[in-house]
Amino acid sequence: MGRLFTYILIAVLVLGFGGCKFAPVKKKGAKGAQTEKQQQAEDKGASYGVSEGGALDIKALDDPNSPLSRRVLYFDLDSSQISPEDREIIAAHARFLSQHPDISVVLEGHADERGTREYNLALGERRAKTVEQLLTLQGVSQKQIQIISFGEERPVALDHNESAWRLNRRVEILYSGY
Amino acid sequence: MLKKLSSFIILSLMMFPAPSYAVLTIEITQGVEGAAPIAIVPFGWRGAGGSQPPEVMHRIVAADLQRSGFFKPLPDEDMIARPVEAAQVNFADWRALNVDHVVVGRMQELPDGTYQVQFQLLDVYKGTQLAGYSIRSRKPDLRRTAHQISDIVYQTITGKPGAFDTHIAYITVTHNRKQERIYRLAVADADGHNEQIVYESKKPLMSPSWSPDGKRLVYVSFTRGRPEIYIQNIFSREIRRVADFKGINSAPVFSPDGTQLALTLSKDGNPEIYLMDLRSKRLSRVTRSYAIDTEPAWMPDGKAIVFTSDRGGSPQLYRVKVNRKGAAGRVERLTFDGNYNARASVSPDGRYLAMVHREQGKFRIAVQDLKTGHFRILTESRLDESPSFAPNGSMIIYATEDNYRGVLAAVSVDGRAQQRLSLQSGDVREPAWSTFKSRK
Repeated sequence: MGRLFTYILIAVLVLGFGGCKFAPVKKKGAKGAQTEKQQQAEDKGASYGVSEGGALDIKALDDPNSPLSRRVLYFDLDSSQISPEDREIIAAHARFLSQHPDISVVLEGHADERGTREYNLALGERRAKTVEQLLTLQGVSQKQIQIISFGEERPVALDHNESAWRLNRRVEILYSGY
Repeated sequence: MLKKLSSFIILSLMMFPAPSYAVLTIEITQGVEGAAPIAIVPFGWRGAGGSQPPEVMHRIVAADLQRSGFFKPLPDEDMIARPVEAAQVNFADWRALNVDHVVVGRMQELPDGTYQVQFQLLDVYKGTQLAGYSIRSRKPDLRRTAHQISDIVYQTITGKPGAFDTHIAYITVTHNRKQERIYRLAVADADGHNEQIVYESKKPLMSPSWSPDGKRLVYVSFTRGRPEIYIQNIFSREIRRVADFKGINSAPVFSPDGTQLALTLSKDGNPEIYLMDLRSKRLSRVTRSYAIDTEPAWMPDGKAIVFTSDRGGSPQLYRVKVNRKGAAGRVERLTFDGNYNARASVSPDGRYLAMVHREQGKFRIAVQDLKTGHFRILTESRLDESPSFAPNGSMIIYATEDNYRGVLAAVSVDGRAQQRLSLQSGDVREPAWSTFKSRK
């Protein structure tokens, strides 16, 4: 690979993706997504107070080309099944987490607004648990994973239609400090 | 930043003053044909030095009776006479207007600042008095006095107790200037007036439910980052955390005798229904399945629980007998219409189940007669949820959307009368109708 290409790649990373570094989800979400993400980021900091990892090899988390930058998994209505594509994303996170047993994640389960709230709270948890199960099957310690379901209480897309609902049926993989 | 608090510590935080932040307005969206015509005549008034009455009593009574769907109050402008006591009533006038009943009354301000409210309910065709009362009241209680008059009129004519002098609890969601969501747990009179904020948080609040004595609310709060269960006394505002197990703590409901909670916990792996003895905090497990089991609702005798489970592949309602040790019988499936029936509310006489029912992708409130199995869809929009029976069983209050905003609506059990309660801004959701005993 030529040195010029490397420089261009770095430039692209810095200029093009720099802004997305701390909120890789926002390009996917609808309008209110960023405010919601920021709010959640604050909540996380306040509630768990986990310190940021500073080690060099954690840079993989910042690489927008890494599958690790994909931190939201989407689900069908009433379903907690994971698509083959998302399985690969989860596998990448599993590899990373089993190599970094000191790093932990919160799996946040969410549902869309349809159906009853308490059932959706359970559905959000079931989705997060499906992801947890795949992670632990691939060597991640249970201690590295915390599950919180918000049910339908924390939508990222605020519209009341299928395109919003699709974005809201999700599990977010949240690394502390990222 | 929230403080760490150990379990069952009594908190007295978040003191909110009585004035409300928002007003619920009520709009009758569907009247009833064949509702009984009644005239609530403007009450006479004797106050100090030409003052105006602090409340327009007859309007409150007329609005109550109209909302019930059973009555059609005569508009003031159609009244040919304005009697304030039975002796002044010329029954022929009212017969000519095809009114079955007339309510006349007077209100007087007494030298000590209290009020004397008298009223009489008259049968127009028989020309007799059916009920007559004199009630002493204070200025802040006058709306309540009017609701009590409505209750007496309703009960005298229909034979069933009225539920006008009761309350509703609900959750509101608004945004502050920083565009953060603000969740509030609120309590208001059954007609939407006198809203008072009971608790406020930037984190989600869910699932409010009344204690049978009407003094406490149990609800789910994410205040500490995840769903936990709290009981709050709405008078003293004392808050107690009662469930903060690993996983989900949700869907709490008081047993009819008030000594236990039925609740959903996922501490043992997946959501199961438990009973919690409120004195000892001891748990007994009711359900055992790999499915989601949640949304318990007590049968009025406290001997069985109806709950939602997807053990059959889709959410349906099931019933199981319980005693203080947990399940006391086999689980029995109750609903078979369609592939989504959830979050039951049981009528106070135990005969009907209200639920959220999905039909062609739309969520409606439906009612099932537990005796005959008859199933009926009551509502017509697409995101109806959280049904809650009035304590007299006549109406069901529920949450729905209107122009993309969460609003409350109420429907009579026969589906004929409908009304809507909306907040001036923001969403209002998860209504819970109190028992008869709730008193603010």
